[in-house]
Amino acid sequence: MEQTVIKFYQTGTFTVGNRLLAPEQRSVQANTQRNNSLNSGHRACQGCGEALGARYAIDAAMEATNGQLIAANATGCLEVFSTPYPETSWQMPWIHSLFGNTAAVATGIAAAMRVKGRDDVRVVAQGGDGGTTDIGFGCLSGMFERNDDVLYICYDNEGYMNTGVQRSSATPPAARTATTMPVGPHPGNVFGQGKNLPLIAMAHEIPYVATATVADLRDLEHKVKTAMSMRGARYIHIFVPCPLGWGAAAHDTIKLARLATESGVFPVFEAERGEVTRVSKIRRRVPIDDYLRLQKRFAHLFGANPDTKTIARLQAMADRNIRRFGLLDQQDSNGDAPAPARETTNLGSV
Amino acid sequence: MFQVRIHGRGGQGVVTGAEMLSIAAFLGGRHAQAFPSFGSERTGAPVVAFCRMDDKEIRLREPIMEPDALIIQDPTLLLQVDVLSGLKKDGYILINTTRTFAELGLGEFVSNFKLDHLLTVPATELAMKHVRRPVPNVPLLGAFAALSGLITLDAVQAAIRQKFRGAVAQGNSDAAREAYDIVIEQKKQAEASHA
Amino acid sequence: MLKQCEGSHAVAQAVALSRPEVICAYPISPQTHIVEGLGEMVKSGALERCEFINVESEFAALSVAIGASAAGARAYTATASQGLLFMAEAVYNASGLGLPIVMTVANRAIGAPINIWNDHTDSMSMRDAGWIQIFAETNQEALDLHIQAFRIAEELSLPVMVCMDGFILTHAYERVDMPDQAQVDRYLPTYEPRQVLDPSDPVTIGAMVGPEAFAEVRYLAHAKQMQALDLMPQIAEEFKHEFGRDSGGLVKPYRLDDAETVVIALGSVLGTIKDTVDDMREQGEKIGVLGITSFRPFPIKAIRDALEHVKRIVVVEKCFAVGIGGIVTRDVRSAVQSRPQHVYAVIAGLGGRAITKASLHKMLLEAIADKLELMTFLDLDWGIVNRVLEREKKQRRSGPIAEGILRDIGTVASRIS
Repeated sequence: MEQTVIKFYQTGTFTVGNRLLAPEQRSVQANTQRNNSLNSGHRACQGCGEALGARYAIDAAMEATNGQLIAANATGCLEVFSTPYPETSWQMPWIHSLFGNTAAVATGIAAAMRVKGRDDVRVVAQGGDGGTTDIGFGCLSGMFERNDDVLYICYDNEGYMNTGVQRSSATPPAARTATTMPVGPHPGNVFGQGKNLPLIAMAHEIPYVATATVADLRDLEHKVKTAMSMRGARYIHIFVPCPLGWGAAAHDTIKLARLATESGVFPVFEAERGEVTRVSKIRRRVPIDDYLRLQKRFAHLFGANPDTKTIARLQAMADRNIRRFGLLDQQDSNGDAPAPARETTNLGSV
Repeated sequence: MFQVRIHGRGGQGVVTGAEMLSIAAFLGGRHAQAFPSFGSERTGAPVVAFCRMDDKEIRLREPIMEPDALIIQDPTLLLQVDVLSGLKKDGYILINTTRTFAELGLGEFVSNFKLDHLLTVPATELAMKHVRRPVPNVPLLGAFAALSGLITLDAVQAAIRQKFRGAVAQGNSDAAREAYDIVIEQKKQAEASHA
Repeated sequence: MLKQCEGSHAVAQAVALSRPEVICAYPISPQTHIVEGLGEMVKSGALERCEFINVESEFAALSVAIGASAAGARAYTATASQGLLFMAEAVYNASGLGLPIVMTVANRAIGAPINIWNDHTDSMSMRDAGWIQIFAETNQEALDLHIQAFRIAEELSLPVMVCMDGFILTHAYERVDMPDQAQVDRYLPTYEPRQVLDPSDPVTIGAMVGPEAFAEVRYLAHAKQMQALDLMPQIAEEFKHEFGRDSGGLVKPYRLDDAETVVIALGSVLGTIKDTVDDMREQGEKIGVLGITSFRPFPIKAIRDALEHVKRIVVVEKCFAVGIGGIVTRDVRSAVQSRPQHVYAVIAGLGGRAITKASLHKMLLEAIADKLELMTFLDLDWGIVNRVLEREKKQRRSGPIAEGILRDIGTVASRIS
């Protein structure tokens, strides 16, 4: 039988697309039999990117493992809004670790399953950027180095949101947070060298590293399933906008994620054992301004006297990502020029 | 209770020596306790280890300040550490050296000691001969067995086999035996000359 | 079977016999020999059905144990001093969650100044965390207590800290009677968790608890420790039945019958104290010893009862609370409150300073003559202390205290003790 890979170019959701696909190609979320691991009733903000990402990621992991999954969760927004005392939205075995040790707790769970001969039970660890790139960094690196059989998912909303929007090592330069206020000669977060967790994960040569966003949820599901098809230490870094923390409209969450992808701010790719294996090309490149303008945390860069220098520096960082990861088929430094023919993400096996 | 204090330098097997002494005493059916002084243990630094033996349970945990026997694995310590501190009257002194007590400047100190409680043994030379390593602890144990009669040579050799394997164990065992034999011979001669 | 071996080795064997399923370890003196021994046993296959994980910090070590225990595995780790502090958050987490982890603490002083030798400061720093804390007097008791610890932990769903003096016990060779596997299996059943992460029966562990219920949850932790006061003597009784010796329990009386003066202490120093007391008994002094095995829960009733007819109590402790005084002493005082009994605090052995029979004897004679201060620092060199205070009075830039003192003392390598 002839098989055709169907490519979709869409804005908005992929809901329409599901009806045109064979059942096994549809997203996990489209399935009424899905586990609903992060059940409704949790207390996330309207438009929370993390809730969206977690729901897709964990249900995909549950499907990939036939429901044999245990989760460890760092302190943070996800943990707090998913378990508002005395309720829990988790429909699977779940433990809140501490802030900085989620990877280690997950390692312990995996060891217990191994010693009890339960190879079928898999482990996922979840944390925000603070719990992953800062306080959880040591335990994460240890887990990577030992190649423990854990999938670690980082939900990156670029700050310590649960405690009131403080800066983390994942906060982008120039962004306003409660500890990097837009005052003084260098308003907002400092321009440092950043802390690229996906690249650091790759430097550990673990079996699988991927980045994803809530703008391409099917891609996210696919990556989680790919990760669960492997053993050993795996890492997925998901870009999840936070309307409250970023000062963005609740309905712009997915749009912001798409703009971050299309501007080059957030490269979407996969890697295995330290080598990039696939990259999501930018379909229609946008200048970084389009992305920044929608967020109040960058508002101080605009207005009557726009800080064109800083915006240019941010644009240069996006340009560098594009070059570094080969996000465009044709390199052009003009942020407005449309890109030529492009690839989309693979929609899974046919 | 019989208390032995062993002095040496890091790398000379002082701690292992004390441990083997305690194993030998255990094999002889006695209670024994061995522990080091827990100083910085870099090679060459002065190290002290202790071993107590008794027929009942040993409860005391303090360092041995009044030893019944001293084993000095490195005579250069005589200039640096008060190794003789607290030695009981008529205690045993066993020194790893080819020189005599007098030559080491201890003539006066030991002038009132029983002659058969004093002993020098070329332990480093014996170790080099049998094990090809300048670690004198084992020959000194063999000598101590002969000197004091508190542990048997068999027990010392069993203790050696618990700590070492293969050629090293055999070499150490031979070194212990030779040291033992040397001391027994010396004792016989001393007895003969006193008769 | 009788054997002559290092304390750490005996403990490693005892832990191995207890069929641990996950062991995670980070090296720190003086616990390292224990986990090295266990690691080798796992690697060689001598210890089967056990995962040994080399972690990257003590915080990770206890965290791995938490994950493993929550997933239903019998988990064990060991640490000391700085390592215990580094895992402090996880220590509270483990007891708060009620996970029956067993952890050896090879008692060691806490810096600054850095010190690798024995005292009880480390365990004491975690005394309020909700762990059961038991102290071994000898290497035999150390090995026995580990086996009992798994029983106690799993019956109560509380973690247990087995404390043994670093170096003094861990690195000492002494005779121990090592049980065999059949004995331990009869005594210690397989772990049946009260709560477990199980895909077939999902639960949420570690959720936030608000003002509505936090007090109740915390009270229940206290209630469990109170249950331990009944359980631990029972466990010790069963241990005696199976293994044939006294080990564990709450307190250990020695020559208390007509004692007017009682010395209280934890850990290995009890041996030296008993020898001292024997000497003093021979000289006609009415003196006895009460060893505390269970420090948490603190056996108030057992201590109170044991000391009923006593005139004075001398607590020899290897720790103290800066700014106020003795730690164990204050707990003992609360046990005998409203009685006209003098309770003296004698702070000794800090940072590994030897506690000698001679010093104890002299101090106890002063106590009997009621000439002892309420708090004494045994064998403290007042000359050094006063010279430091003088130096600080004279100049602002007086330098690091430790450096100044060490210059005062001179070379330590030439010392015997």
